[in-house]
Amino acid sequence: MPLALFIFLAALAIISSLGVVIQRNPVHSLLALVMTLLVIAVLFIGLGAVTVGFLQAIVYAGAIMVLFLFVIWLLNLQVEERMTGHLALKFFGAIAAAALVAELFLFFAHAHPALAGKEMAPGYGSIASLATVLFKDYLIAFEATSLLLLVAVVGAVAIARRPSPSEADASGGKTGAAS
Amino acid sequence: MTVPYSWVMALSAAIFVIGVAGVLLRRNVLVMFMSIELMLNAVNLGFVALARRLGTMDGQVIVFFVMTVAAAEAAVGLGIIISMFRNRETVNADELNLLKW
Repeated sequence: MPLALFIFLAALAIISSLGVVIQRNPVHSLLALVMTLLVIAVLFIGLGAVTVGFLQAIVYAGAIMVLFLFVIWLLNLQVEERMTGHLALKFFGAIAAAALVAELFLFFAHAHPALAGKEMAPGYGSIASLATVLFKDYLIAFEATSLLLLVAVVGAVAIARRPSPSEADASGGKTGAAS
Repeated sequence: MTVPYSWVMALSAAIFVIGVAGVLLRRNVLVMFMSIELMLNAVNLGFVALARRLGTMDGQVIVFFVMTVAAAEAAVGLGIIISMFRNRETVNADELNLLKW
């Protein structure tokens, strides 16, 4: 990845991620977040993680962000929200953020330079190389992930659905008839 | 690859800190949630950069898992937000004091 391209993408990523925090309308925040995710996907591809980059663009920027958008529409949040945080929270938040950024920059400035980048092996970041590691070394974790997704879907439906009238009666009534 | 890895890590740190600031400064629960996604992506960027630097695929596999967990987290979190909005008619974190003593 050429240096100029990286600097351009980095500037774009920082501007759009600032947009997530600064925009008052949640939909505008969300669009800025989608922009950030797409820029990060391009950075992934530039760093050799081609498969993960495309997954990021399709699954993250595509599917998960549409989920967010649906929830924003569902809640009908068109009113502009003012930044009404407590003053102390803003003050300490800014100080904590500044301290964190200073710490991280110091840490990475002193990062050990001996581990210089190796040459990219042929096929690095391809679907085949990702799948080889995923299904050999991380097979248990992969299976656990499928279980996690199943539990998450069932849990989300159970939390978000409106209880049916008969259930509401059963829980509200004194007889407590099990449905 | 002419980009120094410390620059990529610095970009990752910057995006992470913006995410932290978003969680601390914004009161809209949805925007706080989006800031959490921002932090997850910053960490993903660091993983990918270091995987490239070490020449292994493990970092990319971890990114894959982080994406999956983020999807699960988004589904459950948005469900909770919908449920809260139905009961309290607000998404402002300051007014959601149901668990506060």
